[in-house]
Amino acid sequence: MNAAIELECVERRYGERVALAGISATVGEGETLTVLGPNGAGKTTLLRVLATLLRPHGGRARVLGAELPDEAWKVRGNVGLLGHEPLLYRDLSPRENLLYHARLHRVGEERVGEVLAAVGMEGRAEEPMRELSRGMVQRVASARAVLHDPPLLLLDEPRAGLDPAAAELLEPLLGRASGRTRVLVTHDVEQGRAEADHVLVLEDGRAA
Amino acid sequence: MIRSASAILRKDLRLEARTKESVPAMLLFSVTAFVLFHFGLDRDSLDGELASGVLWVTLLLASVIGVTRLFAAEREQGGIDGLLLSPADRTGLFLAKAAALFVYLALVELVALPAFTLLLLGPGLQPELLLILLLANLGLASVGALVSALASEGRARELVVPLMLLPLLTPLLIAAAGATEPLFSGDGGPEDLGRWLGLLSLYDLVFVLLSVAVFDYLLDD
Repeated sequence: MNAAIELECVERRYGERVALAGISATVGEGETLTVLGPNGAGKTTLLRVLATLLRPHGGRARVLGAELPDEAWKVRGNVGLLGHEPLLYRDLSPRENLLYHARLHRVGEERVGEVLAAVGMEGRAEEPMRELSRGMVQRVASARAVLHDPPLLLLDEPRAGLDPAAAELLEPLLGRASGRTRVLVTHDVEQGRAEADHVLVLEDGRAA
Repeated sequence: MIRSASAILRKDLRLEARTKESVPAMLLFSVTAFVLFHFGLDRDSLDGELASGVLWVTLLLASVIGVTRLFAAEREQGGIDGLLLSPADRTGLFLAKAAALFVYLALVELVALPAFTLLLLGPGLQPELLLILLLANLGLASVGALVSALASEGRARELVVPLMLLPLLTPLLIAAAGATEPLFSGDGGPEDLGRWLGLLSLYDLVFVLLSVAVFDYLLDD
């Protein structure tokens, strides 16, 4: 099995503050790495480094065969990020938001209808995002994350705001069944361990 | 690059049409400034250097509002991360933001110029002014997009934008006011206009090339 993610002693700082130090992990294609840890442990920073939104300041990070940060351009477009922010414009509708992202990712517009149906949002697709509930926004954000069919999913509390029915609805897109390589950040230790091929526990930016 | 620039521009214009956060504020500022000049100077009509200076200083200050808001949706709603995660060329983002600001300025001028004529201008508007506006707007849009991107990550962007933007726009102000002054005073030959338009074109060229060259680095972590 090829490695989708290889991290060796990865470091990241914000000014003087160390956010990640000596993080190492290997995740094969189609596998799930669950990242656990308290608030401020560096989980979101790790996701942002893997997404190429933050540069690693030390160590070696290889994602989907590309060395970061030098080959970050190879990774962009192949990652689906579902984080705290939905990355959706509040004054656009779900369909308008997804059409916009489809154009950026050079994806056919018919795919927008497919993912809206997959997350059960076809009926509310024309309403402004600002009028949707938290759970519905999360569903649309999930549709955005998989719109371009990325091989790597970076998920930060993907079930936040979802009721059990919605969480089940999104399982084929975001869960193990999707067949994608996943990095899953969660506070739900039981669920996280159940889904994991590998577990990384962070504390103060270091592997605990 | 054109495809992603077009997608970003369409999104920005649609958001502005819905939220009306930039153009109405820029327009209101311009018209209010003309009213204040009208009463403050206690003059029914201006001409020459004074008219030209009042027009361009007002338009430049109005542009500060648009520049401050140019990256607001990206910053406040996480749109910039969505863009950076896509394979879209970052130069496309610059082109889209500059084009959006250009459209905002043109819309503002469409209403502000008649208001300026009505409240302050002695001689009427001349068609050459359109060419001056076109070149000045191009430079303003280019520098504005660059400064807005630079300030977008900072906390005091409302302070940073005018402090960075206005000094950079000083050559543009000199050239645009110099080109406009003969039109408002009725003297000066076509060679004067040509000289100032040449300077405006050079300014535009320099800042478009500079912005394209550095924009990628501005968005880097």
